[in-house]
Amino acid sequence: MEAVYEKYFRDNLPHIWCPGCGNGIVMSALARALDKLGYPQDDILLVSGIGCSSRMSGYMDLNTVHTAHGRALAFATGAKVCEPRLKTFVVMGDGDAAAIGGNHFIHACRRNIDMTAIVINNSIYGMTGGQFSPLTPTGKRATTAPYGSIDRAFNLVDLAKGAGATYVARGDVFHAAQLTNLLVEASRHKGFAVVEAVATCPISFGRYNNIPEPADMLFWLRDNTVTVQQAAKMSDEELTDKIIIGKHFETEAVEYCEEMARLLADKQADNEKAGDENEV
Amino acid sequence: MTEIKNKHVQLMQGNEACALGAIKAGASFFGGYPITPSTEIAEYIAREFPKLGRYFMQMEDEIASIGAMIGASMVGHKAFTATSGPGFSLMQELIGYAAVAEIPLVIIDVMRFGPSTGLPTMPQSGDIMQARWGTHGDHSIIALSPSSVQEAYYTTIRAFNLAEQYRTPVVVLLDEKIGHLREGFDISQDLEPEIINRADFVDKAATSAGGGKYLPFANTPSGVPPFVPLGQGERYHFTGLTHNQAGFYTADAEQVATFMHRLCHKIEDHVNEIAEVEQLDCAGADCVIIAYGAVARSAQEAMVELQSQGYKVGLLRLKTIWPFPAEQIREICADKKLVVMPEMNMGQLAVEAKAALIGSGVPFHSITQVNGRLIAPAPIMQAVIEQMAEHSVKQGGGR
Amino acid sequence: MGKKFEVVLNAKTCKGCGICTALCPKGVLKIRPDGKAEVAEPAACIGCQSCSLHCPDFCFEIKEVSADD
Repeated sequence: MEAVYEKYFRDNLPHIWCPGCGNGIVMSALARALDKLGYPQDDILLVSGIGCSSRMSGYMDLNTVHTAHGRALAFATGAKVCEPRLKTFVVMGDGDAAAIGGNHFIHACRRNIDMTAIVINNSIYGMTGGQFSPLTPTGKRATTAPYGSIDRAFNLVDLAKGAGATYVARGDVFHAAQLTNLLVEASRHKGFAVVEAVATCPISFGRYNNIPEPADMLFWLRDNTVTVQQAAKMSDEELTDKIIIGKHFETEAVEYCEEMARLLADKQADNEKAGDENEV
Repeated sequence: MTEIKNKHVQLMQGNEACALGAIKAGASFFGGYPITPSTEIAEYIAREFPKLGRYFMQMEDEIASIGAMIGASMVGHKAFTATSGPGFSLMQELIGYAAVAEIPLVIIDVMRFGPSTGLPTMPQSGDIMQARWGTHGDHSIIALSPSSVQEAYYTTIRAFNLAEQYRTPVVVLLDEKIGHLREGFDISQDLEPEIINRADFVDKAATSAGGGKYLPFANTPSGVPPFVPLGQGERYHFTGLTHNQAGFYTADAEQVATFMHRLCHKIEDHVNEIAEVEQLDCAGADCVIIAYGAVARSAQEAMVELQSQGYKVGLLRLKTIWPFPAEQIREICADKKLVVMPEMNMGQLAVEAKAALIGSGVPFHSITQVNGRLIAPAPIMQAVIEQMAEHSVKQGGGR
Repeated sequence: MGKKFEVVLNAKTCKGCGICTALCPKGVLKIRPDGKAEVAEPAACIGCQSCSLHCPDFCFEIKEVSADD
């Protein structure tokens, strides 16, 4: 087994994901990113929600928390605010982050708290057998959209940017090496970084949408992704159904934990000056 | 100008006393959301925590609030929140998570008239069963109920101590009447309260640093595994799935059963240590009034008035709601001629008290009032007198 | 002569998804009758890491071997 895997994986493999599942590809991309980042494993906190991708926390040899459906960002926020030293990664599925977790997602973006949110978007609820999610493209089929979803889907990149995230990127599991680099860039960014990792679910999404073979799904990604730079030169019409990958947005803004530290430092100083030690 | 005799007494609100208790207990994270009648607690903490270098956060909703609290507690911080019925309802799923992941945290539930929006500024002890069974699945939980502003301070400290000691969520069921009440508060003569921390129970040798293998969910004799927070050198795993002693998912029937029994018995086997009651004149009384929270104050006044009319009445005040002090109630009330239990709900806790007295033959009368008002002493007195007559209990007569 | 690579395949955890074989640009890999992958033409490997990058079950390790051994 590759050294980077042996270092970052616990000894409870093989994992539960189906043959050809994109979650495994994201997990190996994340391990390679951690290796490049070089953080001590004791200082990394990996928080996940509920769903196929969220089982990832159980397999990685870090400080890991497998929370409740949609609530990973809330758990991570409380931990990060109290222990800013922890390099925090939050792994969620598309439904986990954008459906039940949507309120926590937009508020975590708004706060710009320093962590990396990895939304693994396979456009399906895999664990529960293949229902559509808020990121499932209109017209795609699922067990709860047998005639093709009539829902309009979120563009998670626009949603994250609109809610205030200060780094937003989209990668995919065909361009696995790029995905690793985006994760490294996202983690090094100070503030709330969102990486949407477009992934593949052969057994549900693939089967219900005529691309059951894992490799074919990857080739579909190869043929339907364009980089941010390419997209800039393409018309909207040419961009229909295209997935735009790469870094979409980055800016600087006050980081939540640093602002909290400033507040506490000021108030503690006032407190000492005033000498009104508040202990009763 | 009259000279203030006792310079230490303050006029304090119940909510404020809870906030002070949390500070004293060493709470260092508050994650909350505004909701009447609890908001004064958040406001107080928002002012005081920064001065103490502690973390106050107002979250986007109550689910995020308890999520953040659990995250904070997991990495070593005493965490708490303040809410009321509607918020408490939203928190239930994660209270279950905190129970199964054995996360110490404190929830101050300032109970208001419900259900739903109800009467936000008016009292009802309506969340009694919700505190015990609000979340799905078997588990155990601790809930305390103070009857005065000063007691709210000490109850909050005790809540944190029990949370740390038993690795469990603890609910402070505070009636709105106490939460918003202002009365004298003077702890200057009191002993310094004991503050318990999770680290007190960690045997260094059982950690990796000590050469051992740390098991975050070990089946220890006390039923409470030692808790080394995440990020302090032990890289382990938390999950809401049933898990083995190392914290990883298991569906193995035997391990699941062992885990479930430990989870419940770690509290249910220590009822006598956890559940506190206060007795006033119960020995030799014909009738005992069982009451808790704000109603206990009216019950006490009714008791004193009844005694002045020659009735031999005592008061049994429940300071702990869960785990329910059934044995203590049976011991104290089994030989009585009558037990009455006034509650600002439709008899939510009377169910448990009646069960505790099954087979004792003691007549049990539940007094209920659900009009958004605190039960006054008069209806309690009237019920006692009527029930005493009905059960032909002569005034002061022998059996 | 270009670099030479050793293709280490841990077939034990292979779930036979076929991704590695389909993505390998040099036909180094083949699917066995039981559906699992196997290394058929190790010499053809150019070290592009496509298999190890895309294997969802972490079965591959591609090691550059110095020309002389």
